[in-house]
Amino acid sequence: MPDVQALVNDFVLKIKRRKIEGSQATAKHTAELLRQVVSQQRITYTNQAASLIDAVKAVGEQLIEANPVELAIGNIVRRVLHMIREENVSSAMSAVEELALGSDDDEAEHDNRMGLSAAAVAAAARSTLRAPSLQTLLEDIPDSATAPHPPSSGGDSEGKNKSAAESSSRNKKLKHDVIEAINELIQEIDTCHELISAQAVEHIHQNEVILTLGHSRTVKEFLFAANEKKRSFRVFVAEGAPRYQGHVLAKELVGKGLQTTVITDSAVFAMISRVNMVIVGAHAIMANGGVIAPVGINMVALAAQRHAVPFVVLADCMDYGQLGDSPPIRVENPAFDYVAPKLVSLFITDMGGHSPSYVYRLIADYYSAEDLVVRRKSAP
Amino acid sequence: MEPRRPPRTVSDPKVRQVGFVTPAAAPPARTVSDTAAMPAAGASQELPLSGSSLSPVMIPPPRHDGLSARVTAPVPVPIAATALRLDNLQIRVGSYNQSEVLLGTPPMTSPSSRVEDAVSEFSDDVSASSLYGRTEPDKVGTAFPGRSGDLMPAKSVVAGGSIGGSHTPENPPTTSLVVKTLPGITEKKRGMLEKQHDEAAAPKPLKEKTTKAERRALQEAQRAAKSAAKEGGGADPTNTKKDKVVKPTPQKKDVPEVAASSGKKVDRPLEKERKKEVLPLRMQFDDKHKVEKVKQRAIVNQREAKSRVEFFQRLPQYVHGTQLQELEAKFFQLDAVHPSVYKVGLHHLSGKITGGNARCIAMLLAFKEAIKDYSTPPEKALVRDLNAKISGFVSFLIECRPLSISMGNAIKFLKNRIAKLPLSMSELDAKASIQSDIDRFINQKIIIADKVIVRHAFAKIRDGDVLLTYGLSSVVEMILVYAHEHKKKFRIVIVDSRPKHEGQILLRRLVAKGLNCTYTHINAISYIMHEVTRVFLGAASVLSNGTVYSRVGTACVAMVAKAYRVPVLICCEAYKFHERVQLDSICFNELGDPDAILKVPTHVESYLYGCMDNDNLQLLNLNYDATPSDYVSMIITDYGMVSCNQLLIYCSVF
Repeated sequence: MPDVQALVNDFVLKIKRRKIEGSQATAKHTAELLRQVVSQQRITYTNQAASLIDAVKAVGEQLIEANPVELAIGNIVRRVLHMIREENVSSAMSAVEELALGSDDDEAEHDNRMGLSAAAVAAAARSTLRAPSLQTLLEDIPDSATAPHPPSSGGDSEGKNKSAAESSSRNKKLKHDVIEAINELIQEIDTCHELISAQAVEHIHQNEVILTLGHSRTVKEFLFAANEKKRSFRVFVAEGAPRYQGHVLAKELVGKGLQTTVITDSAVFAMISRVNMVIVGAHAIMANGGVIAPVGINMVALAAQRHAVPFVVLADCMDYGQLGDSPPIRVENPAFDYVAPKLVSLFITDMGGHSPSYVYRLIADYYSAEDLVVRRKSAP
Repeated sequence: MEPRRPPRTVSDPKVRQVGFVTPAAAPPARTVSDTAAMPAAGASQELPLSGSSLSPVMIPPPRHDGLSARVTAPVPVPIAATALRLDNLQIRVGSYNQSEVLLGTPPMTSPSSRVEDAVSEFSDDVSASSLYGRTEPDKVGTAFPGRSGDLMPAKSVVAGGSIGGSHTPENPPTTSLVVKTLPGITEKKRGMLEKQHDEAAAPKPLKEKTTKAERRALQEAQRAAKSAAKEGGGADPTNTKKDKVVKPTPQKKDVPEVAASSGKKVDRPLEKERKKEVLPLRMQFDDKHKVEKVKQRAIVNQREAKSRVEFFQRLPQYVHGTQLQELEAKFFQLDAVHPSVYKVGLHHLSGKITGGNARCIAMLLAFKEAIKDYSTPPEKALVRDLNAKISGFVSFLIECRPLSISMGNAIKFLKNRIAKLPLSMSELDAKASIQSDIDRFINQKIIIADKVIVRHAFAKIRDGDVLLTYGLSSVVEMILVYAHEHKKKFRIVIVDSRPKHEGQILLRRLVAKGLNCTYTHINAISYIMHEVTRVFLGAASVLSNGTVYSRVGTACVAMVAKAYRVPVLICCEAYKFHERVQLDSICFNELGDPDAILKVPTHVESYLYGCMDNDNLQLLNLNYDATPSDYVSMIITDYGMVSCNQLLIYCSVF
């Protein structure tokens, strides 16, 4: 445990000093840290899941406290908690199934998926907040797509079948599963950009004029992807004042041969009338469809609305955040803006394009209702 | 382009009469005349409004016209003079026939001579003959009118003679040289020559006269003496009469000639101008041919920036910082530009003077200085030459930095004043008059206007308000300081933007005065707007469709304020109003130094370092943007607080 604590402290320090920045890097680091935490967690024989959850929560609180504004941390913590719960339930369910149906060992490989989805349905049903969601409907697809997980969980359930009474081995399996799931999550964080940018061609057409503000890796890759498809378009980059990351983006875009114009933030309104589409990256997305994004975006969104320019938000998988109507975050030196859902035309996520009113569904897929309080707990 | 301007300004009123908007300089002038009882400036500008009917209100007060009137005709009411002058102008607008009518009408006073002169120029033959007809009564008895009439033809005759050389033998040998230049002498000859050169004289004299006209004022005394001497030599009774009249007459003569010359000059362009006036086209910098032309004339050799944003090809974009040294080096070579104007140009260029009001005042003061040092070159008319000179200054200033709308309006005003100078005025008087006009403009249109605006705005500040302002606006600063001095309890949020960071200057000044300030960047505007109760913004101009043309970012601030339902109050002096309309910020704008964007605070080296030569990278530094009128709750001007809709009415009235 001490080494975990050391790791956590190190990470907290890094976050505080802004050594780690950007939702993606933060998310990845958080996930890796949580994987460590889970793997270091001593196996208890009574209630493995509960102890895991407690451990993760404890670490999560510290991380969130380190930078409450970086929602990616909280989101990843919640994701991990959610995964632990689901794994727990699924293993329990499969155990129950075993008891009920007898042993179907022979077709374990095949059936395992069914079992899983059944578990997911059960998990969904368990929480009153969650109606059967998109995730449960789509469950089969990601599971089949991500190869490593099902076999392992299959093996797990097999193991359970054979020794249903032995909770210790089951717990071991649970831990193993959770780690696998976290690995998947990390992978997802890595590939999420690709999934989003793959859709670029559908949204950017020839001779488009695109405006963006600040620097976002998602946006950059989105534009690159469109550029690779030989679409010629022009990009206006507002510099994104306090940090001027727009310059960085501009440099990268120019390096790829994109026609780029750097403008000051104040000129956004002046230029927006000649822009076909505003594409920005998000820091976090609210359940109500609102967006938390680098400061200045709200201004851009208002201007875009005035001139009926589509305002498109590229959303990473780890960006889905808070439930409910969140007021804008109030920080001393504002680093973020809150954009009301009515100003957003479209969210492009790794699962496709969504309208703001649909976001709450996506969020319901990713988090358990119980975990929403993680942050509130940490607040006092 | 420039040289043509002076005539246009002269003709302005006539043309404007038709349009729905009047010259931008006019509105303020009139208001001033209405409110502040300073009709002097207003009078001339009223002209366009009241085509035919002259209300007494519009008549310039003696003090102003007195400069000219004093000399010419002390007794005969200045009002008459001005009225006549007005008529005169109107005549020019309309048909020439009226001139005859005027002639017919009994011109009782010296000023009338002006009218006649002007008239005579329009139709030389007619006037000449008619005047001759009337010369008889003159000789018989008294009259100025007759005299002035006499002089006209006589002079013209003489001039013609002298030019042609055919009549010179007839002139008294002593003054053959003088004849060319001095009208006083011509009068003498008049008696002798009258009959002879009805035909010969009429066509030519104009040119000659115009050149002479300028000198006369200075040479009056000389002339008088000479003419007296000649008369003593042996002259008719008519000549003796002249003696008395000599003083006034030369001026009278001047007037006609100059008026004539200017009148004539005006007339021709007038037709062209009329077309032009409808669409005063700006220089379009994507027209290569024109750009080349302009470049050849240019004093400042600005290197054009390499990569330009497609949308703004029309606008000049220069590499900043290159021309300053060159210009400084050229200082002693530029004779055409007065040093004070030169200095202002450099200040504009280097950004030492910024802001509509400051630039305008600096320019006007420089012009004033230049006018003070100005002397009419021989053979030229003050009105024309000075106007041309000013045009030269203006084009120099434009090369340094595109004119702000405030400056454009001030220049329009100034040229208008110069063009309307009574032609009888001596150079000294004319210069004094122009200088006092400039002072009055600065005082009334800018300084007093600002004070009035401050009072109005003060009424809108309550205790506990949180006021937001953007950038550095001189009026807003005055408002805040004034409110603070009057013990209002309020807090200020200063929003700033790159690359100019004008707000920091304001912040420094206000904090020094002990005001409670919050400083933030424009990107944080949505964040800070929650706590704000009023937004005060300055403006470079208010266009006639209600669009507020101001420093870039103003539109953003107003938009966010509107989104948060915070009232937006624009403070703008009325002299900055402009009749142009504009819907977006792209059609017309001014491009700042693109490299200013490069430098990023807290980073020694720009992020963009290394890809500056890449053709794909463009930097765009706009100076202005256009705020749609629906974002603006109220415009505070020197005539009070108006909504944008009302403003349209104001604009169309002026």
